[in-house]
Amino acid sequence: MHAQTEIGYNSKVEGDVVVTRLDAAINWFRKNSLWPMPMGLACCAIELMATGASRFDISRFGAEVMRFSPRQSDVMIVAGTVTYKMALAVKRIYDQMAEPKWVIAMGACASTGGMYRSYAVLQGVDHILPVDVYIAGCPPRPEALLDALIKLQNKVAKEPVLATWKKVA
Amino acid sequence: MAELREIELPDAGARIAQAEELQDLHGEKMVLNMGPSHPATHGVLRIVLELDGEIITKATPEIGYLHRGDEKIAENMTFTQFIPYTDRLDYLAPLANNVAYVMAVEKLMGISQQVPPRCQFIRVICAELARVSSHLLGLGSYAMDVGAMTVFLHTFTEREKIYNLCESLTGARFTTSYTRIGGLARDLPPGWTDQLRKFCNEVVVDLDETETLLTRNRIFVDRTQGVGVISGEEAIDYGLSGPNLRGSGIEHDLRKAQPYLVYDQLEFEVPVGTAGDCYDRYLLRIEEMRQSVRLLHQCLDKLPGGPVNVPDGKIVLPPKDRVLTKMEELIHHFINVTQGVNAPAGEIYFGHENPKGELGFYINSKGGGTPYRLKIRSPSFVNLSILPKLLPGHMVSDVVAILGSFDFVMGECDR
Amino acid sequence: MEKSGLISLLTLTPVTALELAQSLKAKFSDVVSDPAEFRGELTLKISDAERLPGICAVAKKDLGFDYLVDITSIDNYGDDPRFTLVYHLYGYGHGRYLRLKADVSEEKGEAPTVTGVWRTADWHEREIYDMMGVRFRGHPDLRRIIMWPGYPYYPLRKDFPLAGRQSDAPEVAFSEPAPLAGGPFVTIAGGKDTISREPRVRIPETDAIEMNARVERRQDLKGARGQAHGPGPIDKGRKGAG
Repeated sequence: MHAQTEIGYNSKVEGDVVVTRLDAAINWFRKNSLWPMPMGLACCAIELMATGASRFDISRFGAEVMRFSPRQSDVMIVAGTVTYKMALAVKRIYDQMAEPKWVIAMGACASTGGMYRSYAVLQGVDHILPVDVYIAGCPPRPEALLDALIKLQNKVAKEPVLATWKKVA
Repeated sequence: MAELREIELPDAGARIAQAEELQDLHGEKMVLNMGPSHPATHGVLRIVLELDGEIITKATPEIGYLHRGDEKIAENMTFTQFIPYTDRLDYLAPLANNVAYVMAVEKLMGISQQVPPRCQFIRVICAELARVSSHLLGLGSYAMDVGAMTVFLHTFTEREKIYNLCESLTGARFTTSYTRIGGLARDLPPGWTDQLRKFCNEVVVDLDETETLLTRNRIFVDRTQGVGVISGEEAIDYGLSGPNLRGSGIEHDLRKAQPYLVYDQLEFEVPVGTAGDCYDRYLLRIEEMRQSVRLLHQCLDKLPGGPVNVPDGKIVLPPKDRVLTKMEELIHHFINVTQGVNAPAGEIYFGHENPKGELGFYINSKGGGTPYRLKIRSPSFVNLSILPKLLPGHMVSDVVAILGSFDFVMGECDR
Repeated sequence: MEKSGLISLLTLTPVTALELAQSLKAKFSDVVSDPAEFRGELTLKISDAERLPGICAVAKKDLGFDYLVDITSIDNYGDDPRFTLVYHLYGYGHGRYLRLKADVSEEKGEAPTVTGVWRTADWHEREIYDMMGVRFRGHPDLRRIIMWPGYPYYPLRKDFPLAGRQSDAPEVAFSEPAPLAGGPFVTIAGGKDTISREPRVRIPETDAIEMNARVERRQDLKGARGQAHGPGPIDKGRKGAG
């Protein structure tokens, strides 16, 4: 069952009440407050910090709460090179995140291993995590990270929430 | 085994409790794992702390979580192809790494004296700009870890201005890959020197603001003064370099001791600390930034005209119009790109005063375009080796202050 | 903060690097070669690596080389002796560099440590052991520092390919049991969803059953996917935690 992507004014009751689908409402809440878990490993972490700073303000998109606690976050932004030694820790932290969760692979190293085709580098974090959005760049500009966040928001908006609930219950 | 230090406790009850506990070394201590994903460890560093209550008795840092195999990659690349990898070493000051690496290769090839003066001044500008950038971020994240979040936003605003400068100069905000063997990738764009001068005037104002926020801040001073004291002999024995060494009273700066580029023509002072604690290192970095701004002003005043590249087609790519029309330049371009510059057989070591310390490149070459062995002597790797000696005796909350004052970067430490 | 610190080194004692190298050779003329010069740097070759701690101690105490800048190792693949250790020394008092080189053959595979002379050699020698496989006799704590403990290869050797070889992924990158491992507050990684990973719902006796079930599920997945992707797949060889 596919959710309606927009909150629609199906009918106006008593002035300020909006009637819409449950899917659309829940996804709207979720997508506008995606709290990132910054898995800042290498140089892309600096661009991640720059996105959180005042010039590129990720707070405009509701994502300024960069909690380093996986329990409290929604999206894990893997920023930087994932080595085999670190991959275990990344997977562990991803497992500790509560559903629903998404993953953004930021930068060339997280997407495919980047320019490090060597014995110690995991060739892409999608070997161990299901990635939702890949960002190209070395490092990607903060605008690219914000663009990826918007793409993720569009993806979240289309998720069929109720179907997930039925599966778990 | 762990060596317990005698910790003087003012409280009589605690002293009695400690005396009893000392009989039983096992089972009373808690092991706390800090990292590798931790907001205050400035990258992927893992420290396993053995705690006796709140006081650390043993600290074991574990590194290698960002080891990407740079040194082995270098054996498969030409010298020029390795320049982007040097950006990602100390990724807070990529221009400085670029300068250090190409100077090492130029020393190997013996062309250090042929590099034109304009290029040398621009390299000094790059290195000092990188120093300001790195210290700004080091201070910003240090202050954020210790609790002062505003400073982080202030310093990042200044860093955005540096990013603007880098972007107009090199094309990338950071990870610049700007220098080339025998020169630079391109000359300064028009109007860049005015932008740099404007930035220099603005950053001093911001440094003053940061100092009013931190230097006499009761909380900051209490958290950093007397914490993480490193004596001068220890600093030398453990091979520390950069602000960590100078904070302990050793007045050693490679720009003065082994002058390279045009530092001997420029006037600047080397700040040195006395107490060797975190507060001194913080003050030292602020003062180093001011001296860097002073150097930038002098470079801008003295910047000569002229070419920026060594006029040798075998080392530097010839200009494109000649490559497309003349045979000799075409051959030089082809061989330069495919096989790399022809370095003689031999080995050199070149140490550069990076913001973090002494970044050294040891290149062993058997001739040809690729190095046989490239070793990167990274300052952060050596600076972190003092942690097992330094941390015991401190409290857990001091670890954050000490790590922040060390200002290390894991990309450089693990290579 | 004063400008002149506790030790002011901007006034260096005037002695040339050549004099220092020659006096070191004079003290150990049986094992130290003549200084070789290249690009203004002096290199002394030491024919017997066993004498290194003695030579380094003299260099530090008598000649003032109090700063060990770096220790490097080179793999002369195909030559014998296979490994060369390179020590870079610097003296704060006189501002001169010196390089010492010593060979280690593959059969012997070890050299004495110089951590007694400079404590910074500790981590450098651990890295050489990790990357090149040269052991250091007398080292206080010789274990891998960059690759995970249990990694079976020495990556910087010339016969090791850049893309690496298959190996077991690290269980935990720490050879002793991790703190609180297996305890009541720790999640089980890799469960199918958060509810199954949640520590509150775990019954410790059934953990073994859960672990086996997970291992079997992973074997099925691996069979379906075929050969794993690239060197060192993350879930290869994972055993159930004890």
